[in-house]
Amino acid sequence: MTGTIDATNQPVIVLQNLVKFFGRFAALRDISDSFAPGRLYVVVGDNGAGKSTLLRVLAGLMEPSQGSVTLLGAKTVREVSHRVGYMGHAPLLYDELSGMENLRYFAGLYGLHDDGICTRAMQTVGLDPELERRVGQYSQGMRQRLSLARAVLHNPELMLLDEPFSNVDVHSARDMAAVLGRVRDQGKTIFVVTHQAPLLEGVADESVQMSAGQIVFRQVMTRNPVVSNTAGGGR
Amino acid sequence: MSAFGVTRTTLVKDLRMEWRSKDAINSMLFFSLLVVVIFSFAFNPTAEESRVIAGGLIWVAVLFAAVVALNQTWAHELRNQVLDAYRVSPAPPNALFLAKALGNFLFVVILEALMAPLFVVFYQLRSVGPLWQLVVVTLLGTWALVVNGTFFAALSIRTRSREIMLPLILFPISIPAVLAMVDATTTILSGEGTPEFWMKMLLVYDVVFTMVCLLLFESVLNAE
Repeated sequence: MTGTIDATNQPVIVLQNLVKFFGRFAALRDISDSFAPGRLYVVVGDNGAGKSTLLRVLAGLMEPSQGSVTLLGAKTVREVSHRVGYMGHAPLLYDELSGMENLRYFAGLYGLHDDGICTRAMQTVGLDPELERRVGQYSQGMRQRLSLARAVLHNPELMLLDEPFSNVDVHSARDMAAVLGRVRDQGKTIFVVTHQAPLLEGVADESVQMSAGQIVFRQVMTRNPVVSNTAGGGR
Repeated sequence: MSAFGVTRTTLVKDLRMEWRSKDAINSMLFFSLLVVVIFSFAFNPTAEESRVIAGGLIWVAVLFAAVVALNQTWAHELRNQVLDAYRVSPAPPNALFLAKALGNFLFVVILEALMAPLFVVFYQLRSVGPLWQLVVVTLLGTWALVVNGTFFAALSIRTRSREIMLPLILFPISIPAVLAMVDATTTILSGEGTPEFWMKMLLVYDVVFTMVCLLLFESVLNAE
């Protein structure tokens, strides 16, 4: 059953005894936790801590070996996939298509056929919708921005972002962080797995520390009252 | 989002990408061209001999050429892990499969249309039987190859040596279809006997394997 989330109290994600094995190696070890809606969580930890695995399980790209995940009130991710946005470590974009062609295709998968949605998504991340260059010729920063645009295209309530700032210059990364802050301010819940947590200082609400497949520490972070509200560049 | 809508959207996207890169059609065309020319020089058949061997020759050329294209079916989806973007979307998995199979079907039919004049020239081929039957056998046979090929290409995308794996899995399972295609084509070209049995067999093969592939594709797509 697809549940409706009450933004005031019901958690957007509930993990119960979540375990994920790769062969005999446990990537996630008995995680039980819950996360409130409308917050920006930064998931940090060393390589191999289980951050990306957790995100892939939440996105429905991996089945847990044991335990359960309740996402937006639903027991399976498939039921609420139209309310979840996922940005992988790889850009998840076609190199042979332009930015708008990519977004039009992915919008079509969500039943959206309005070009205005794609244009707005491009503008949100500071890219020019008129840009006809194919994605294969984009810079790394532009790819990451477009990848973020793809993830927010269908206006998801929950966004799962894996290393959105990797290979992005500091200026572009700060712009992207500001975009995330604004999206969160619209009431969305955002999970960001990153090794560059300082970029989200003043924007994120909570830091989630993972180690050896477990959530070991959660810390509330202080938000800056005003965050940059421009995302420039894109050509 | 309807399955039909996603199939159409994905097919249009694949055709656009192929139009720009021409990866599949070029490699198929050169491969089958080589097969036609080499066999022609190797056997130097008369018109009469051609009618007997052409059925096998045509389908061997198509089968090998199709494998070249089928191996590339999922390449675009694997690069940048785009397949994950599809998997997290609410789009039905079967729509992706159908779009890929239809795309491959179109590519192979285009190849066959381009190769037909070459067969006529190099093998002095003229069909004694009705031409429409040849068209039906070609369409049914091509679908038999691409539906299984698309499925097994998807099955082998996570294996290390997927380009070797595909023919190893596809060829044995295609034997009944290839037998039907070759016999039907030879019967039509030579005008000896009727190809109805082989055509019905191809039709049944197509229906059964299309259903099986559609039933199993979601598991293949989401396999870890």
